[in-house]
Amino acid sequence: MIEARSLSKRFQDKKRGEIRAVDNVSFTCQPGEIYSLLGANGAGKTTTLRMLATILEPTDGTAVICGHDVIEEPEKVRANVGFLSTATALYPRLTAQELVEYFGRLNGLDELTLKKRVDDIFNRLDMNGFRDRRCDKLSTGMKQKTSIARTLVHDPPVMIFDEPTTGLDVMTARTIITFISDCRDRGKAIIFSTHIMSEVERLCDHLGIIHDGKLLAHGTVPELRAKYGEHNLEEIIVKVVGPLLNNAEA
Amino acid sequence: MNFRNIGIVYGKELTEWLRDKRTLISTVLVPLLAFPILMVGMTSLMTVMIGRAEKETAKIMIIGGEDSTQVLEKLRRVKDLEIVPYADDWMKRISEKEIRAAVDVPKGFDSALGQGKELTVKIYFYQGEIKSSFGANHLEKFFDDYRDSVISSRLAARNLPTAIIKPFAVKQENVAPPEKVSGAALGGLLGYMVILLSMTGAIYPAIDLTAGEKERGTMETILSSPLSRVDLVLGKFFLVLSASLSTAILSIISMGTSFYLVGHSGAMAKKDAAAFQLHIGLPAVLSVFLMALPLAVLFAAALLTIALFAKSYKEAQSYLTPMTFIVVIPAVASLLPGFDLNPKLALVPILSTSLVCKEIVAGTFHWNYILLILLSSSVYAAAALFIAVKMFQRESVLFRS
Repeated sequence: MIEARSLSKRFQDKKRGEIRAVDNVSFTCQPGEIYSLLGANGAGKTTTLRMLATILEPTDGTAVICGHDVIEEPEKVRANVGFLSTATALYPRLTAQELVEYFGRLNGLDELTLKKRVDDIFNRLDMNGFRDRRCDKLSTGMKQKTSIARTLVHDPPVMIFDEPTTGLDVMTARTIITFISDCRDRGKAIIFSTHIMSEVERLCDHLGIIHDGKLLAHGTVPELRAKYGEHNLEEIIVKVVGPLLNNAEA
Repeated sequence: MNFRNIGIVYGKELTEWLRDKRTLISTVLVPLLAFPILMVGMTSLMTVMIGRAEKETAKIMIIGGEDSTQVLEKLRRVKDLEIVPYADDWMKRISEKEIRAAVDVPKGFDSALGQGKELTVKIYFYQGEIKSSFGANHLEKFFDDYRDSVISSRLAARNLPTAIIKPFAVKQENVAPPEKVSGAALGGLLGYMVILLSMTGAIYPAIDLTAGEKERGTMETILSSPLSRVDLVLGKFFLVLSASLSTAILSIISMGTSFYLVGHSGAMAKKDAAAFQLHIGLPAVLSVFLMALPLAVLFAAALLTIALFAKSYKEAQSYLTPMTFIVVIPAVASLLPGFDLNPKLALVPILSTSLVCKEIVAGTFHWNYILLILLSSSVYAAAALFIAVKMFQRESVLFRS
């Protein structure tokens, strides 16, 4: 369903020269699975997810999502993906309903299907109380629910979440986590990046540890625990990333 | 390119645009209200002030003339003048607006007139001060009339006809139709205003739809939808173009109304009011808009491209504000006298359109130039739109940080 094949992204920086933000990253994620990308800030998680969502184009390698290549058919890929991150804000002057409808129409839904889909999502996420309120007047929790509704309106088989709970209060973060878990139960393939270990332990089936653009370790949680001899995920990360940090300091 | 998606983006941008208070103020309220208020208010105020100045009985002072009672007596009878007693500081009094003007009647004026000697009467006034000018004008008219009456009586005394000093008259007659007169005087302004307003009307939406979207964090949201970047940029472009044209149209309607109100309000003398009665027909106005359309496309695309490059609203404003000067300079140059269309100038964007609009409003249609200008500015507009589309496909621009 999601297959990253040697994904790489290089940026040119005037001061630092060429930067390898993502370097030869490969992994797969099947329907009904959650794959979590773990790493510190600047490790390359966001760039990887942006390439999967076709917001950025890979410099080398590629990814195939639902049978569509991210380089060859970016629009078809996006039609199969729901992308949510802390950077995906809402249009302040549209109401919650108008915003969700806008993305539904951009995803090619006809008006009848769109109406049914919007009513269903608004009922499911308990959003009817604010469906006609402008997004700039919504609370953080309402905004997050509206963002979720936006990603769901076209019922995509693949969901990509880039640090979706960063900066959110406990209750709003909980809504997101429950929503991600619900998506898995509905058979969607989910990629999820975070640096909050409790979320990973609660949600993910597979995880990849990324550092300096490279995928250093990946597997299921039990596999990684067995390989590194540690139960705590934080300790596993220290074991994976620590030697590289020590080398860099030396 | 998907027209349905372009329409969806345009509809959404239009909804957001119309809900923005700043839009209403800058695009609708300011052009619709500011111009009539300024225009009608200023002209009414000027009319009142000038009327008052004209009606005022000007206080004047006579320097010398004690031996010429005849001319002094006639001067005292002029109803628009009030003669105040002579004082040595007359010049200071003119400067301090205590009196409006002073007249120096040469010594022995009356007797010199009788002997046919040549004399010079000097009138002192304060240039730039309108009431002082009116006082001086009243004085000058009195002496002109007095001189004419002296000439007439001298000719009559010698039994000579008036034609002896005026063997023929010279008179200028205007052959230009009224639309050409107003076209030359104010018509040049129409093209200039349409060009300038279609530029200024595009600035705010261009920033809001690009740098504003980056700043609000909605750029990544829209880029994650299946919408192609070409459709996205075209939807945004059409909104900026609509904003630009509606600002220009509303402003021109408002200007036309203002001119009409001033010209027909009766607040001004007929000959002054005539200057405000633009003899510009609807076809000429439509032609000006047609000529300005490729320029509006050029502005909308260029401003979108530049604003997209900016990381924030503020940065975009600092890029786009100087752009106004780039438009103003050629547009103003076209208003200079003697600047006429030629094949080379017809290829210079903005300047060429402004020049041809001046001609169109004055009733002259140079079809070869019109076609050349339409073609060249359409090429520039297409190039700008192409660059805008390309810029929307560049990650380094969209995610510049």
